[in-house]
Amino acid sequence: MGGYFKEIFDGAHSLVAGMGVTLKYLFQPVVTEQYPHVAPTMPDRFRGHIELVANPETGGTLCIVCGMCQKACPSGCITVAGEKVEGVKGKVLTKYELDFTKCSLCGICVESCNPGAITFSKDYNLAGLRKEAFIYDLKKRLEERKR
Amino acid sequence: MIELASDKQKETFVLNMGPQHPATHGVLRVKLVMDGEYIVEAEPVLGYIHRMHEKMGENRNWAQFMPNTGRLDYLGALSYNHGYAAAVERAAGIEVPERAEYIRVLTVELNRISSHLLWMGAYLLDLGGFTPLLYAFDDREKILDMLERVTGSRLTYCYFRFGGLYNDVDEQFIGEVKAFVARMRSRLPMYHTLVTKNVILMERLKGIGIIDADMCRRYGVTGPVARGSGINFDVRKNEPYSVYPEFDFDVPVYSEGDSMARYMVRMDEIEQSLRIVEQAVNRLPEGPVMAEKVPKVLKPPKGDYYHAVEAARGSFGVRVVSDGTNTPYRLKLRSPTFSNLSLLAEVARGVTVADAVAFMGSLDLVIPEIDR
Amino acid sequence: MNPEIVRVLGYIVAIIAFVALNAAMLVWMERKVAGHIQRRIGPKEVGPFGLLQSFADGIKLMTKQLIVPEGADVPLFKVAPMLVMIPAVMCFVTIPFSEQLAARNINVGLLLIFAIASINVFALLLGGWASHNKYAVISAARAVSQNVAYEIPMLITAITVVMFTGTMNLNEIVMGQAGGFWHWNILPIAKNIGMVVLMPVSFLIFFICSMAETNRAPFDLGEAESELVAGFHTEYSGMGFGLFFLGEYANVFIGCSLAVILFLGGWQCPFGLFPGVHWFLLKVYFLIFVVMWARWTFPRTTFYGLLNLSWKILIPVSLFNLVLTGAFIKVF
Repeated sequence: MGGYFKEIFDGAHSLVAGMGVTLKYLFQPVVTEQYPHVAPTMPDRFRGHIELVANPETGGTLCIVCGMCQKACPSGCITVAGEKVEGVKGKVLTKYELDFTKCSLCGICVESCNPGAITFSKDYNLAGLRKEAFIYDLKKRLEERKR
Repeated sequence: MIELASDKQKETFVLNMGPQHPATHGVLRVKLVMDGEYIVEAEPVLGYIHRMHEKMGENRNWAQFMPNTGRLDYLGALSYNHGYAAAVERAAGIEVPERAEYIRVLTVELNRISSHLLWMGAYLLDLGGFTPLLYAFDDREKILDMLERVTGSRLTYCYFRFGGLYNDVDEQFIGEVKAFVARMRSRLPMYHTLVTKNVILMERLKGIGIIDADMCRRYGVTGPVARGSGINFDVRKNEPYSVYPEFDFDVPVYSEGDSMARYMVRMDEIEQSLRIVEQAVNRLPEGPVMAEKVPKVLKPPKGDYYHAVEAARGSFGVRVVSDGTNTPYRLKLRSPTFSNLSLLAEVARGVTVADAVAFMGSLDLVIPEIDR
Repeated sequence: MNPEIVRVLGYIVAIIAFVALNAAMLVWMERKVAGHIQRRIGPKEVGPFGLLQSFADGIKLMTKQLIVPEGADVPLFKVAPMLVMIPAVMCFVTIPFSEQLAARNINVGLLLIFAIASINVFALLLGGWASHNKYAVISAARAVSQNVAYEIPMLITAITVVMFTGTMNLNEIVMGQAGGFWHWNILPIAKNIGMVVLMPVSFLIFFICSMAETNRAPFDLGEAESELVAGFHTEYSGMGFGLFFLGEYANVFIGCSLAVILFLGGWQCPFGLFPGVHWFLLKVYFLIFVVMWARWTFPRTTFYGLLNLSWKILIPVSLFNLVLTGAFIKVF
């Protein structure tokens, strides 16, 4: 008989304690970010899609078209092409294409680049209407950023 | 177990808990043969998210497989990174520097806490309590932000490399970890008041889905499921690896074998992981984070190597068979949830559907890990 | 024009408008309360503080196609949502919002409300049965047994109040609690000292039963059994679902307003100063807030736990309460 009442009392006590917790949180400020009105800043090491780094002196790329990133990528998203130009040592980059539909942001390409020509961008607002919108021409993007 | 009426003709119907379902945490299909409210037979049908990771392992070289490990169990991705990296390091005989080992343990334990927090929130969501999910996600955001600052990713990490890490941690991370440990310790009593001691929850979990130790042995069950049935097996203590022997932590074991025991095991594991994180952060040694002589093109010697780690869901094992070239000959991933789920067919007989859902939630299923 | 007809028509329009507006307000309140308990803001884009969100949702529901599943019993299928709203609106006839604001002052007002509100169960059963969906039938059957089990303690505790106040006329029950909160039926310090122990127990039982009757909070197995099936209103789309939804909020309002009238003094002020409709609405919305607060805190009970709570705990306690109430009324 005593057990019956004790059970009811303990149960009721646990319910009231739980309601006390939610009441306490009801009056505390919200912890959500109001996204479209307040844009978050990405940390330094954030992994957006890769982008070419601008050469501080010439404004071009630092890429020597060695093809290490293309070989290292597990998903085969990178296509690099270069040509030999008169009077310049080594190859000059003509095309750097990233197929972002296959990229898994693993970072092996960035790690394998010796001159440090590619790095992660901070781009997170990615939306497009067609699949082709995500085949990035990184050289063109570099030129657009310079302007 | 309820005695079903066996003398009158049973009218059973087949109910499909389909691949799209709020309570199965992934694309799992369970074919239930029901008699009114009680389940007569339960048959899980797998393969809806089979992505052939093990085959991909044979077509990529050793370092290129690392991002795949993050996609297996995306909630505890760092332990899977660790398992694969440790297996290949065992094969190739690479020594990892001490600072890298400490940071590996630190981040893996933080990942374990975030996985358990999400499990608790989703479990309560299945049972009808919507609020603890958001409180758990509030804590989990702190961990995700910390790890994002260090690794660059929030969920599918690709942070470990053979011989160490991708990059080092900085002072701000250490400060944030210490603040987080204090904050989480003050939040745990709140979870116990709101959730664990709640009489409605206790009634829903106690005595549901009882698994005894013998059943665990027959199905190869590991992890919190086995520890909730009295089996004291934790890969970190029984087959120690990395720097775990240097830490002082307990392994919670409960012997009732019901859903409440599994719940308590995971809540206690959060506390123990906090202890490990605190010790790791206080004793972090200086030094390099990458081993020195790791060849760019890795070719481990011929042989068959196995390494197991304690993931959030059980013992995750990686078996690598190397034939001396730069791609694996065979890469076998032993998934803990696969063995855990095979209990469902036996345990779900004779229970109501609501209890079966409560049981599946206590197993902590992540279907992409089963299907690989 | 006969002033009586004008008065009746006026009340009809006012009550229907109030029910609709109230449902819209309660949806907004529920989402805001849920949001803040979960440390987030609820709706905020549509209108200031998201106040127009429920109207936007209502317009959306009205523009959706009403689908009748194949094999369903069409007349019953279409009647069920209406059967949910009709008792809810009819119960408003006797509820006194203030001393003058009551559509009809019926002598057996309490009995009328209980009689009409039970038709609500019938609507659930029809909705589940007519859907031609195995799972809707199962959940409708569960909802029926839940409702039956929780009617009993509710009626028994209502009887204790009737015994105490001696009348079933809702207006007179409220007027008997005039003065200050020490005259209220929940803590009748000024009237009968012995009942101070028993009346709060009655209130608690009544409140829990009204939550269970309206399929709310931890007792919502009928509708939110989304573990497997989606309840008796799975096959309803558009305004059919909308009517079930509105009917639930109207029932919540009626349950809480009954609790306020019987126990918390209706439209009386706690200090006996300015009685009026504002006190009534304040108290009712406070109780509704408590109902919502309970919903967002607790997980769902199992079906057998639900029935055990009623048959093994609430009914014995309320019967005991009834006997003691009778004894105390005689003695004190």
